Amino acid sequence: MKPARRQVLIEIEEDSLLAGAREVEQAFSAAIKEQGLDQELRVAETGNVGIIGRGVVVVIYPEGITYAGVTEADVSEIVTEHLMKGRPVKRLQVCLAPCKDREKEGLGLTRGQPRIVLKNCGIIDPNNLEEAIAVGAYQAVERVLTEGITPAGVIDEVSRSGLRGRGGAGFPTGKKWSFTAAGEEKYLVCNADEGEPGTCKDRLILEGDPHRLIEGMILAGYAIGATQGYVYIRGEYTLAIDRMSVAIEQARANDLLGEHILGSGLSFDIEIKKGAGAYVCGEETALIESIEGKRGYPRLKPPYPGQVGLRRKPTVVNNVETLANVAPIILNGGDWFRSFGTKTCPGTKVYTILGHAANPGLIEVEMGTSLREIIYGYGGGLRDGKRFKAALIGGAAGAFVDEAGLDVAMDFDSLRDYSAVLGSGAILVLSEDTSIVELLQGILHFFAHESCGQCATCRSGTSRLVDILERFCAGSGGEQDLDLLLRVARLMRDASFCPLGQSPIIPIESAVRAFKQEFLACETVTT
Amino acid sequence: MNEVLKKYPSATREDLLDILHDIQESDPHHYLSDEALSDVASHLGMDLADIKGTASFYSMFGFSPRGKHVIRICDSPPCQLLGATTVLQKLIDVLGVAVGETTSDKLFTLETSSCLGICGVAPAMMIDQDAYGNLTPTRITEIIEQIRREDEAS
Repeated sequence: MKPARRQVLIEIEEDSLLAGAREVEQAFSAAIKEQGLDQELRVAETGNVGIIGRGVVVVIYPEGITYAGVTEADVSEIVTEHLMKGRPVKRLQVCLAPCKDREKEGLGLTRGQPRIVLKNCGIIDPNNLEEAIAVGAYQAVERVLTEGITPAGVIDEVSRSGLRGRGGAGFPTGKKWSFTAAGEEKYLVCNADEGEPGTCKDRLILEGDPHRLIEGMILAGYAIGATQGYVYIRGEYTLAIDRMSVAIEQARANDLLGEHILGSGLSFDIEIKKGAGAYVCGEETALIESIEGKRGYPRLKPPYPGQVGLRRKPTVVNNVETLANVAPIILNGGDWFRSFGTKTCPGTKVYTILGHAANPGLIEVEMGTSLREIIYGYGGGLRDGKRFKAALIGGAAGAFVDEAGLDVAMDFDSLRDYSAVLGSGAILVLSEDTSIVELLQGILHFFAHESCGQCATCRSGTSRLVDILERFCAGSGGEQDLDLLLRVARLMRDASFCPLGQSPIIPIESAVRAFKQEFLACETVTT
Repeated sequence: MNEVLKKYPSATREDLLDILHDIQESDPHHYLSDEALSDVASHLGMDLADIKGTASFYSMFGFSPRGKHVIRICDSPPCQLLGATTVLQKLIDVLGVAVGETTSDKLFTLETSSCLGICGVAPAMMIDQDAYGNLTPTRITEIIEQIRREDEAS
């Protein structure tokens, strides 16, 4: 195949598909053929390029010019003006934040983000193994096998990098791997059951660069001595499941999965398990129960999965983003990884900026970046010129941070000081028009709906919390109800079986601390 | 025996969720009938109560016949923030059914769902396998009317 002089990349992911990305892709192919350009131009699919909620996104390479909100009707103009005459269509052009240099507006992916995890997302065609290999996929596996790096050597490198679990709790990954009990039969499980409301970063990684995850899983499996891995993906993530299935098949066909990977003694394979709609299955032991075909009830810990996990065998459960960091660490070294982020939280973090942000998007920034920079530098501030009221960080089990907290550094340790959690990377920006009380009611309703019912504390506690919040929404809540709300949530934190019931205190306490008057105002307004 | 089970000749309990997904997808009424669940129980050598108990834990599975199209509208905070409650009310008005019910012409079943993971286009919903975002009451009327038209044409 003759290499194409230029490429037209169409972002194909859940959001853009519903804005008509397939139709735009077909229109490009047809228009290019009609103009006789199909020898030098290639139309390809890619994952999310970093823009969310702006319709169909198209990137033209090698210029890297990005268009958003492209419709079928715009295609012929882009083809004749930009591709044939070299004049970009200004009205559709977007600058990917941050765009400090106005001169460079529209130059596309010069966003100054230190991209480790998302390096290839929005650049390669996720359905094409050759493209992934061209940008370095499976080099880390090759390095381990050809240089004879031992499993302990892989764990050492990951420990040296200081990588901490990106699922929320931030436990050191190298340590987790080294704690895995000895045994003939072990398993690696990738947690892709992304259910925290307002989160879709793992979906975008799966859709944008599935081979990165497969490589991370091979390396993790090798490190802990597992020959079988599972990816547990939410049942709702149709496209992510499709892309991952295609990538696994390609890897198998090319000796990258299965027996004797790249002709070595290493064997490892991956199977996809599809969830069926249960938030609690994001908890690692509930997820294991679900893979075993049972109700997703969390197990009592200890023993931790590292001792007794899937099929009662030692099992490591890692988040998608954690595993996506492994290959670059093995390839470039732990010290390289430490050059990003903070001393105790090296590396980067992927966030989705949503809600009332002017430019909702998917970003990857260094650990320790301030919330202010994320919201204003990358998210473009608030839409419609509204004032900032608060941000909900980390999803439903996350914390409200008001204006006074905007300069908080976003990493596991600084946020803990602020009693917030980094969680799932969800940043929900709230404008002055938002009712914190109503939003909190929605969150508590969510917990009540998703409580698995195994322990009474959470089963009845979540319902009690909803009852109390309804009193505030109805205008009949007072000081004593606020006390009760906090008391119930604290009791749940102390006595619930799993993190689901232990979490409601986080949004409740942070909301009451910053917006107490708003709860009480509900009372005075209506009575 | 249910056709789907032929795809799983040596199935174990670990295949249960996959089997249930497949059966529900292949059923014209998008649900798990008692008959199908009994077949699964005997195929896996499990108690029917155990199968039902497991399946009912997961919100994607339904146990009574659903309409031709299943609407699942997100009721999680990010969608609420951008108007999901108004959109849901519009759906209730347009379809004339409450959440969990099926229209009398058996065309639509209305359900709510926790976060669908497409918050970038909130408020959002899925109709069968297709996602719809940036919903407004006007868009709801258009979408439902379009599906009704397509259905009459086919």
